Amino acid sequence: MLEIFTWLASWLVYDLGGFDPNSKLGSSLHFFVEDTSKIFALLVVMIYAIALLRASLNLERVRYYIQQKNRFAGYGLGAGFGAITPFCSCSSIPLFLGFTSAGIPLGITMAFLFTSPIINEVAVIMLWSLLGWEFTLVYIAIGMTVGIGGGILLDSLGAERWLKAFAAKAYQNAAESPQADQLAPVRPSLTLKERHEFARNELYEIVARIWKWIIIGVGLGAALHGFVPDDWFSDNLGSGQWWNVPVAVLAGLPLYSNATGVIPIMESLITKGLPVGTTLAFCMSTVAASFPEFIMLKQVMLWRLLATTFIILLINFMLVGWLINLLSPWLFSSL
Amino acid sequence: MKKIEVLGTGCKKCAVTAEQITTTAKELGIEVEVTKVTDPQIIMHYQVMSTPAVAVNGQLAHSGGVPDRKKIEAILKA
Repeated sequence: MLEIFTWLASWLVYDLGGFDPNSKLGSSLHFFVEDTSKIFALLVVMIYAIALLRASLNLERVRYYIQQKNRFAGYGLGAGFGAITPFCSCSSIPLFLGFTSAGIPLGITMAFLFTSPIINEVAVIMLWSLLGWEFTLVYIAIGMTVGIGGGILLDSLGAERWLKAFAAKAYQNAAESPQADQLAPVRPSLTLKERHEFARNELYEIVARIWKWIIIGVGLGAALHGFVPDDWFSDNLGSGQWWNVPVAVLAGLPLYSNATGVIPIMESLITKGLPVGTTLAFCMSTVAASFPEFIMLKQVMLWRLLATTFIILLINFMLVGWLINLLSPWLFSSL
Repeated sequence: MKKIEVLGTGCKKCAVTAEQITTTAKELGIEVEVTKVTDPQIIMHYQVMSTPAVAVNGQLAHSGGVPDRKKIEAILKA
């Protein structure tokens, strides 16, 4: 079904535009037109459909579910809800305090915040259409693992010691006097019309936020695709020396992007011979470890906690990179 | 005179919310004092988890995004 976008691009670029399919420019343009048209078409359909389904999911209910579960289920739920809950990074601080003041352990809250930028419906749709379902599943598993692992590690270090005083106090108050018979927030009963309105607003808002990232990401991916020779990375960097992974993580740090901008670049990096694990480590580092967002967390965390969190994330990315490089001959027969 | 607080840690949406409330109030001829609240402690006190949120005279009236025109009018007239 998705071949229609390949035909569309061939018709526009080669037949109508008169570009030579074998030229660098022609091949870049084809890549750009095919990927942007495919991504936008899929996004419009899927964001709307998913928003219809999750219109009644709100943070109050998510918090309630997590509170009801034991600690270990909590990490999984935290990461899982981080992936599916619509959430804007500017709400990080209120969400953090809302969870903390309800007595939810720091590690579970952080599992939510770690996973949230890595996995979301836009990232999943793009990965699926560009790199296939095997890759998408591995990506989701990794994103969840990074979140859950980071959260467990923070709690095992007793990291709540390093919260700002007012946040630590709110957490303690909640832990000492749990509201025993707390009521579940009511599930808002929505009419189909309300769901449609919610989904339409979500669609406008998300597309307005990410369209330029897609253009930039696919543009860079297209340039790589057309102008860098195949297997350039494996010819020049060797295939998968251990130090490639930390270098990729560090290279991704100063780049501040969201998943939407990076995924089209990943596609090109992989076909140019960069090992899959190294590519993933680069992507995660770009998406999930961004300085602006970490600085925001300074409002509720002491420097020590901020630094610990950051280092845990970076180590996680490297482990992921090495592990996937090691496993990739078995995981991705098709790539 | 209504005292309106726009709660949020300072993203663009919060500024938009404050602006729209001010203009709508002017059009309706309602006297308001709009302040932007970025202090996380106060936001926590209102138990808000998604911002922007709006409080009127110390009572939470809206949360979870930029309110639309209808919602703003309802908040101002309440």
